[in-house]
Amino acid sequence: MRTKRIKTVQAAREVIAEQAAFRRTEVRPVLTVSAGTCGRARGSLKVIDSLNRSLKAEGLEDKVVVKITGCHGFCEAEPNIIIQPGGLFYQKVDPKHAKEIVQETVVARKTIDRLLYADPQTGERTAREKEIGFYRKQKRVVLGDNALIDPTSIEDYFSIEGYGALVKALTEMTPEGVIQSVKASGLRGRGGAGFPTGLKWEIARKAKGDLKFIICNADEGDPGAYMDRSLLEGNPHRVLEGMMLGAFAIGAREGYIYVRDEYPLAVKHITQAIDSLRKKGLLGKSILGRGFDFDVHIAKGAGAFVCGEETALIASIEGRVGEPRQRPPFPAQKGLFGKPTTINNVETWANVPLIIRNGADWFAGTGTEGSKGTKIFSLVGKIINTGLVEVPMGITLREIIYDIGGGVPNGKAFKAVQTGGPSGGCLPATHLDLPIDYESLAQAGSIMGSGGMIVMDEKTCMADVAKYFLNFLRDESCGKCVSCREGTQRMYEIIQRITEGNGRRGDIELLEELAQACKDASLCGLGQTAANPVLSTLRYFAEEYRAHIEDKRCPAGVCTNLIRYVVIPEKCTGCLACKNSCPQDAIRGVLRGVHIVDQEKCIKCGACLEACRFEAIETQRDEAIRIESEGIQ
Amino acid sequence: MVVDKVKIRSCIDKHEGRKDSLIAILQDIQSEYNYLPQDALRSVAADLKVPLSDVVAVATFYRAFSLTPRGRHTCTVCLGTACHVRGGPKILEEFERRLDIKSGQTTPDAEWSLETVACLGCCAIGPVVVVDGDYNAHTNIRHVPNILKKYQRKDAR
Repeated sequence: MRTKRIKTVQAAREVIAEQAAFRRTEVRPVLTVSAGTCGRARGSLKVIDSLNRSLKAEGLEDKVVVKITGCHGFCEAEPNIIIQPGGLFYQKVDPKHAKEIVQETVVARKTIDRLLYADPQTGERTAREKEIGFYRKQKRVVLGDNALIDPTSIEDYFSIEGYGALVKALTEMTPEGVIQSVKASGLRGRGGAGFPTGLKWEIARKAKGDLKFIICNADEGDPGAYMDRSLLEGNPHRVLEGMMLGAFAIGAREGYIYVRDEYPLAVKHITQAIDSLRKKGLLGKSILGRGFDFDVHIAKGAGAFVCGEETALIASIEGRVGEPRQRPPFPAQKGLFGKPTTINNVETWANVPLIIRNGADWFAGTGTEGSKGTKIFSLVGKIINTGLVEVPMGITLREIIYDIGGGVPNGKAFKAVQTGGPSGGCLPATHLDLPIDYESLAQAGSIMGSGGMIVMDEKTCMADVAKYFLNFLRDESCGKCVSCREGTQRMYEIIQRITEGNGRRGDIELLEELAQACKDASLCGLGQTAANPVLSTLRYFAEEYRAHIEDKRCPAGVCTNLIRYVVIPEKCTGCLACKNSCPQDAIRGVLRGVHIVDQEKCIKCGACLEACRFEAIETQRDEAIRIESEGIQ
Repeated sequence: MVVDKVKIRSCIDKHEGRKDSLIAILQDIQSEYNYLPQDALRSVAADLKVPLSDVVAVATFYRAFSLTPRGRHTCTVCLGTACHVRGGPKILEEFERRLDIKSGQTTPDAEWSLETVACLGCCAIGPVVVVDGDYNAHTNIRHVPNILKKYQRKDAR
């Protein structure tokens, strides 16, 4: 690979034009294989090996390009291959399909029908990526490039006009002009709170001091959110270009990327990207000869959720325990090593080059009054089309969950969607037509957060979900504030006894009181929002809590103390599936005979329920006991 | 555990002995020893000229660090929200039963360490179980014995 240093603006323009032309004039077929962490877990690297072997066997290794890209977003269809030109989309590809793909599609130009995406409901097959329901309503301005580029190649990023925005800013714009553009675009922080990015930069620009820092917050800790991982893995240069623009705007000479250690591939790709920038001479003194100095370092997190909070994150980069501190002073005045610091989330940084390149008006053309642009959500949980979706702000939950997500699988009913991670809340079916933006979600008792969207069906217990988040938060609370340290612990204990069937009258009121105290008296966002999962589930699913407390019943069949597994004789076909699945050998029965669960041996693991295809397992305790007593008679 | 002073030294030197690199230094030591030996913590405190209490505070605050030796294999069960609603906790319980340890512990024969993580960011393929860096997708309670067996078999070879 060439490592010629790019020393002038003119040279940068030439390289970008050269690479873009190279992409335009590529006549060879390109097979892009998604190989983010999820794709790799599903075997995409083996698919790539196999494709390369098959191409070699056909003598085509120089006539076809196999491109290893990051995540294409449609996780459900992993590993997938997009074949250009034409955009043919093959899903769930196995290494053994490679030979056929090469011979049939690459050589004979025929479509292999069974590898096409099939609609789970109609079975209808779709040939091209853009025609698939999952992609149709999306607007993939940030995430879409993941499917075009090899994230380990800076040349590939040049070929999609990468670093063009940097060249533009360094030649045509002043730092104030960049800030003005970002302000006018209406971009707000994508990490959770939605603070206007341009305003944040302006404060940092005006702060006194010659040494300033910028930080990329890649400590994506919200369980159920992984868009930042996907961007770092699939398009690290976009994030770096955004950071360089931010550094230029506020006058920072050094930047840090604080990334979770749980994301090994993201760490690897961002490290490689920084190395190639350095080799090209695009980091360091007077970049492109324009007098702009900038360098960037990586700081790896060590597994602490609270470090997503900006002051805790700063403490962690400084090598200390990640405890938040009082604000003000805000990091924009006094941040890393006591210097003015701007912290933005990965997705926020990734939006910046697009704003500078296409203009503030272009960006503001998408979205709602107060929330502009697009937002990436991770659509996960009980949903048919799992994946990363990028949609314009203002789209409704229904459009995301049904039109893009394809609805809830296995014929189950939709119950709730959890947004915003542990600081967010659960919204019920009555809120499905809510247009999504920062304000509307907050009004409904949840938050945008970093964009996790976990769909829950009728078999999800809302008290159990609240317990899950409290357990997470009591573990992750740094312990500095009593209200949070003790509050999350006590709220957890109350919900635990409710889910165990020992709930008392007055527990709900006590939870509400504790929640308020935790909100009012905690220093940072973690404590202030820790009660949200409790409050939102109490607000929309109070009935379910009462069933646990008063009737000692878990309607969703989740809380083990309140359920009992029995076989419903009328529905049992005697297929042995439950018996074979039971890890405890607790199920008796012969082929075509009704099975019986031995309650002494049963550990309530739920394997039988998972295995039964005839809905012949009852979990509601009272009903189960009635069935058992009838069986004895 | 006798630690190799030279090794510790090189971990510190790699970061130019900077105090603000304490976390990175401990990460390097941990990848060397699979845990943080007490003597290593003492060496780091002395070399960086920070109180031992500060080093221990950092080593115990962050989840990634372990002060006790870990097993030859590390099995990490993801308990992120998406994995949770798809049955992650049941899978963890099954591992606990099969290995006869609780999460966070190591088997007496030092073969297995069982851990949990709050989210690995591959929610689409959950529930996820990671063994020695290999991702197992869409696991359920019935896969548990096979996952364990796979690694025991690898050893036998």
